[in-house]
Amino acid sequence: MKPAPFAYARPDSLAAACELLRRHGDNARILAGGQTLIATLNMRLSTPDLLIDIAAVPGLDGISVRGRALRIGARTSHRTIEQSPEVAQLVPLLAQAAPQIGHVAIRNSGTIGGSLAFADPAAEWPACAIALDATIVAASVAGERSIPARAFFRALYDTALAPDEIIVAVEFPILGPGYRSTFLELARRHGDYAIVGTAVVARLARDTLSDVRLAFIGAGPTPMLARSAMAALEGKSAVHTDTAAAEAALAQDLAPIGDLYSSPATKMHLARVLLRRAVAAITAPGATAAHAVPAASP
Amino acid sequence: MSTDPPDAGSDRSHERSTTLIVNGERVTRRIEPRQHLVDFLREELDLTGSHVGCEHGVCGACTVRVDGKIVRGCLMLAVQADGRRVDTIEGLTDSGELAELQEAFYRRNALQCGYCTPGMLICAADLLVSRPDATRAEIREHISGNYCRCTGYQAIVDAIETVLEARRKRGAAR
Repeated sequence: MKPAPFAYARPDSLAAACELLRRHGDNARILAGGQTLIATLNMRLSTPDLLIDIAAVPGLDGISVRGRALRIGARTSHRTIEQSPEVAQLVPLLAQAAPQIGHVAIRNSGTIGGSLAFADPAAEWPACAIALDATIVAASVAGERSIPARAFFRALYDTALAPDEIIVAVEFPILGPGYRSTFLELARRHGDYAIVGTAVVARLARDTLSDVRLAFIGAGPTPMLARSAMAALEGKSAVHTDTAAAEAALAQDLAPIGDLYSSPATKMHLARVLLRRAVAAITAPGATAAHAVPAASP
Repeated sequence: MSTDPPDAGSDRSHERSTTLIVNGERVTRRIEPRQHLVDFLREELDLTGSHVGCEHGVCGACTVRVDGKIVRGCLMLAVQADGRRVDTIEGLTDSGELAELQEAFYRRNALQCGYCTPGMLICAADLLVSRPDATRAEIREHISGNYCRCTGYQAIVDAIETVLEARRKRGAAR
């Protein structure tokens, strides 16, 4: 289908974009990569009066090290993150997740800021952000503020962003050597939204797991941090890890919503399968250390 | 701000002058913001080789290149292409860049109705550059965003693999 008519603005500064957003509030939508927004416009699930295209706003691109964090500009595409040697080296979870987002043609346009702002509970970046305890930087006419990712995703498609705020960057802590990670998801076809997926990060020292983080997608109204299961894995041996307690604990952590294809019980089962596979992947002898995972594609 | 009802199709008040380079030629038009890039190419420029399938980014029939990168023509507004370079199946055919793939598709019978073919060729051309060592599984993964409802994909994967192998052989011979 074709979108309903709307006005279009392409401001050339962040201040101008924020001012437009302040003035038009919920009648306006920020257009970045458009890979979700334009689809929803096409289906007329969304009929804003104004699109604010941030393509000409300077300072929203790029990947840079800021102290002990990797800062990724909001407009950075999934494909750029997928192909970044810095990302693969410093925050490998992101390089592991990126190839699982949509298809190349989608990843060339879609942006990390857009994905976080849309907050789809089956999307990859929100799960990475809560697993890594990232910080989301948002701007409005009042200035910038930092929002912990773990306080950002509030309900289905609902975030801590005020109606007049724009995400400008996201900062991922660099965990350093000793940490391992993996991102696994199950989808009916490659590139579809996941039925269930998981981002797993943990420290491995002297064959023991610590600082375990498990974030699940497709397992509730938001990306879900599985705190009980994380606690159940803390201090466990990394040799033939016993995941039974963690798998059982997922019942407290997750609240999967059934859909046309999978019931809540099926999704809970799949989440347990993925937890087991993910722990096996990060504890496998010779599993690539987190600080040295090669880029997903050349 | 427009207060028109959502279907006021004749409303031209939002039109925006847009200049883009299409297949090497500079084009300037007044474009309604809601017009998709693929509709602009087809309806304003008569470049009907790019096809419109699902119109929500799933089928890949509308795949074109913008600034050298493959994108969905139905998930990009034409006004977003302002100042950018757009290449379609017509331009990429004329330049000869797709000739080897087109020949392989023909020989391997990798198309029946042809609806997906322009998008499939542009997507496959991207793989030849980004992953010249791709396996069959990787070919399938790369074209997973381009639907074909006729062939069952086997022949398409064969055709792309044929070109990749021929190029690897030529590379090794050099």
